[in-house]
Amino acid sequence: MAGVLKTGPAGNGAPAGTGRAELVRLVLLRAGGSAAVLWGAVTATFVLLRVMPGNTADVLMARSTTASAETRAQLIADYRLDESVGAQYLAYLGKTARGDFGDSYVLRRPVTEVLATQLPHTLLLVAATLVVTVAGAVVLAVLSARAGRVARSVFAGVESLLVAVPPFWLGLVLLTLFSFTLPIFPAVGSSSLSGLVLPTLTLAAGPLALVSGVLREGMLRALHEPFVLTARTRGISETAVHVRHVLRHALLPATSLLGWIGGSLLGGAVIIEIVFSRPGVGRLLLTSVQNKDLPVVIAVVLLSALVFVVFTIIVDVITWLVDPRTREAA
Amino acid sequence: MTAPLVTVRDLRVDFPGDVAAVRGVSFTVDPGTVVAIVGESGSGKSVTARSLVGLAGERATVRAKTLEFEGHDLTGLDPRGWRALRGRRVGFVLQDALASLDPLRRVGAEIAEPLREHRTVPSRQVRAEVERLLGEAGVPAPEVRARQYPHELSGGLRQRALIASALAARPDLLIADEPTTALDATVQRQVLRLLRARADEGTAILLITHDLGVVAEIADHVHVMRDGVFVEDGPARRVLEAPEHEYTRTLVGAAAGHRRATPPGEPAVVLRAENLVKTFRLPGKRVLRAVDGVSFDVEAGRTLGIVGESGSGKTTVGRLLMGLTRPDAGSVRLDGSAWTELRGRDLRQARRRVQMVYQHPLGSFDPRYTARRLLAEPLDVVGVPEAEQADRAAELLGQVGLSPDLLNRRGRELSGGQAQRLAIARALACDPDVIVADEPVSALDASVQAQVLDVFAEIQERRAVSYVFISHDLGVIRRLADRVAVMKDGRIVESGEMAQVFDAPAHPYTKELLDAVPTLRLNHL
Amino acid sequence: MIRAIRPGLWPAVVLLVVLAAMAAVPGLFTGADPDAADLNATFAPPGPDHWLGTDENGRDLWARIVHGARPSLLIGGGAVAVALLGGAVVGVTAAQLGGLADQALSRSLEVLLSVPWLLLVFLVVAVMGPGTFPAMVGLALVSLPGFARVVRAEVLRLRAAPFVEAARGFGWSRLQVTVRHVVPNALGPVLALATVTLGATIVAGSSLSFVGLGPQPPTAEWGAMLAASRRTLSVAWWPAAFPGVALTLAVLAITAVGQELQRRADGRHL
Repeated sequence: MAGVLKTGPAGNGAPAGTGRAELVRLVLLRAGGSAAVLWGAVTATFVLLRVMPGNTADVLMARSTTASAETRAQLIADYRLDESVGAQYLAYLGKTARGDFGDSYVLRRPVTEVLATQLPHTLLLVAATLVVTVAGAVVLAVLSARAGRVARSVFAGVESLLVAVPPFWLGLVLLTLFSFTLPIFPAVGSSSLSGLVLPTLTLAAGPLALVSGVLREGMLRALHEPFVLTARTRGISETAVHVRHVLRHALLPATSLLGWIGGSLLGGAVIIEIVFSRPGVGRLLLTSVQNKDLPVVIAVVLLSALVFVVFTIIVDVITWLVDPRTREAA
Repeated sequence: MTAPLVTVRDLRVDFPGDVAAVRGVSFTVDPGTVVAIVGESGSGKSVTARSLVGLAGERATVRAKTLEFEGHDLTGLDPRGWRALRGRRVGFVLQDALASLDPLRRVGAEIAEPLREHRTVPSRQVRAEVERLLGEAGVPAPEVRARQYPHELSGGLRQRALIASALAARPDLLIADEPTTALDATVQRQVLRLLRARADEGTAILLITHDLGVVAEIADHVHVMRDGVFVEDGPARRVLEAPEHEYTRTLVGAAAGHRRATPPGEPAVVLRAENLVKTFRLPGKRVLRAVDGVSFDVEAGRTLGIVGESGSGKTTVGRLLMGLTRPDAGSVRLDGSAWTELRGRDLRQARRRVQMVYQHPLGSFDPRYTARRLLAEPLDVVGVPEAEQADRAAELLGQVGLSPDLLNRRGRELSGGQAQRLAIARALACDPDVIVADEPVSALDASVQAQVLDVFAEIQERRAVSYVFISHDLGVIRRLADRVAVMKDGRIVESGEMAQVFDAPAHPYTKELLDAVPTLRLNHL
Repeated sequence: MIRAIRPGLWPAVVLLVVLAAMAAVPGLFTGADPDAADLNATFAPPGPDHWLGTDENGRDLWARIVHGARPSLLIGGGAVAVALLGGAVVGVTAAQLGGLADQALSRSLEVLLSVPWLLLVFLVVAVMGPGTFPAMVGLALVSLPGFARVVRAEVLRLRAAPFVEAARGFGWSRLQVTVRHVVPNALGPVLALATVTLGATIVAGSSLSFVGLGPQPPTAEWGAMLAASRRTLSVAWWPAAFPGVALTLAVLAITAVGQELQRRADGRHL
């Protein structure tokens, strides 16, 4: 990594042509930063594991009366509990880097295996939510930016309501309305497509309102910029003004917000899964927290940190592509 | 005598809830001439210009007895009609090309936009045409520049690119709204020449500006606008040499700058800069020598003018004089002791003797403070008892020509001129020996500039305070300075008595600066 | 201050005062015991006897909502207070030390920011066990980086502001300039952030009790009440509706006030 970073300062004011190399450099640089963040997170979880009363093996033993001396020895070997803290730390780092989060204290199966069965359900919900958020926000923002003053404040009012409503309660309301009062969608967790509708809407409501607000504000701000006036003096149509000049500027702040939202959706999904009794990481995580099953919790935390930094990198790349002004700073 | 290209009779523009922005103006623009509308901010000049392309604003109501372009009536035009006019028949240049060119698009794409929209050249030739236009606007290496983004170009090149985009579809009329306001003097001159050359080739130009110097440089005909009406019209030369309306005379007087008599005698040195060096590290291990071996004296009761264009290091010199930054080498000595030698109480007492007036007074006021508290703060420091502070504050306001009624206002509730006067009053509150003024009037309108400069002059006559005036504007320096130092790239290239430097410049850069400034040419008319 | 309240903001301000009063003196609003079960009146719909109806144990919902204000608001309020203090300490330290220490602190904050808030709280609860205090600690940890960043940025911005420079020019000492100009001017943005964060944190707190990790039953807490209502959703809608309305109104009011504070801190008046 160090060798890559030493490619030297960017050629200042150098015209196009070096673009691709610059982009690669940016991604590597950001990946380096993200690796540092992830390393910090892993280290923090190691400290947490050590802070817990008793060592890992003791915790495991306490939960299992049937553990034989043999099992115990196996555990000690696995976690290098007989060695120094430094060695344990290195072993932990190495295992985590390979995607091995150890065994669940309670289920006594590898965490990776436990997660593998639940994660796809959660990821599906997150992906559906992202799609709905982006599509809904763009449509809402474009509609409301071109609407009159009154319509615009109605949009803004609905948005602040959607942002304020606690998602888990919104889920309850939707369930009451569309599953019990009007039986359109299934009430209890189902992996069918119709079972995905209400959870997705619930999870997307807040982010959608936030992003659409930011998009609209960005568009309205851009509409007052001198370059938009200049564009109009060239005789181009209002649609061209919006598409070529305004929307792009509004996309920049919305993208970074969206990146942040995308990174944190995994957390929101957990609650929504519980509300709708959907299969997924949510239920698993909740029981793990209640049982102090740290390896499972830590695995999810680290995975979501990974998702978060990946989203951050994606946002940086999009910003780099859209906004040439950021390229020199990178 | 050809028919006028543009005929405007009794143009009126209203905004709901406001006084009428334009209240009946009439003018014509002929092919091949430059017609200027001069006025200060809020006079209605920009609204007038935008009305000609139907962009006065969504909320504006535009009425006129006649609004004609090449004999065609514009008053009943539909959006499609306006769009056919914009860009194709009328090009429009705004000030500050950094904001007026879309920062997310390449320069070439911006220039190509009117070409593609109006299909003046086949799409295969657009690229070549863009490069030709850039070249024509005096942009070197157009094939490279077209692929760059606005922020990668210097201010002058950007403005040229913006002009190229306005001229791309070969319009008959070019409207230029403050086209050179954001530019340094030498660059401004080049851009003005470019515009004049276009006029000489037959393009009609409507120039909107606050700067009479710009008018003197290229306009044939001028309308002086104030509060939505023209107060004076006529050939540019006549209006500038023999202004009839009182307002025009104020503007001309402000632009020309009156020279003041230098106090006689051999004054003492209060503040001495010796071999000042200040460097800044830039990204990529490069080093900027912002100030590079600068020495000068500030004499008691006299004014030192430091002239230079942006980036010449003059602002850093100001901060060094205040003792707010440490020099890498050299020293600033106040009555013989250097800032770096002073500590604690001595340092704080010495600070009061050198006060600063900033370009943007609002930034230098705590946003929560009223004028009363702003003035009380330095009075507290020098130990004026609280009971006397109110009287002292009113007295200070009087010295800068402000009414004591303003004491309860906050900075943002004052006009630009009032705020700057308040800043001067605050600087005087510590009874300083030296006031460093960094571009103190460049954010103000011309006639307000003149008033604020008068305040500076009166105060110096009344009390023996020294000024260090830092400005890019030679008119301002000429008005107040006794001695002048000309800075370029962190060094002083020439210094001396004001008359000597201005009348017989020795360094080529000084000559270039003096040549470039339109305001001064006016004096030689 | 009061004269400057915009007309549109009055409902929010009034609502906040009422909520604060409920949290402080619930007896003012209801004489009923929030925990008194009445098995003859389970699932009574809203009506003259029980304004908002009763729950599965026949407890009066209005009384429970009034008494629930304190625990519901307390977690959020406590967490934000702790986060603000901690964030201020970290932010000022980072800005003052600069260099490597600043870098290290900023990176550590990024680690915290990279974990979704709920998971971070889960981690804390998994270590400390469920309850009001662990929930508060976890939530404080969630919003601490935001405060630290704003405080750091404000200190850096104000230190370089011309009006602070001008004050130094009058001969004030560093400490005097800090007390007179830096702290009061930094306070606006920080308080604005605190208010906006408070709204989000209250929702977060009730989410935790909703999943059973906050205050434990039978405490009348809005999130916990909603959790209980989930089991009887097919029988009665009111136990699921009113605590949610209370929560939403509280958050709306707090956010509206917070956004107004933010506008003022940004200098955009009216």
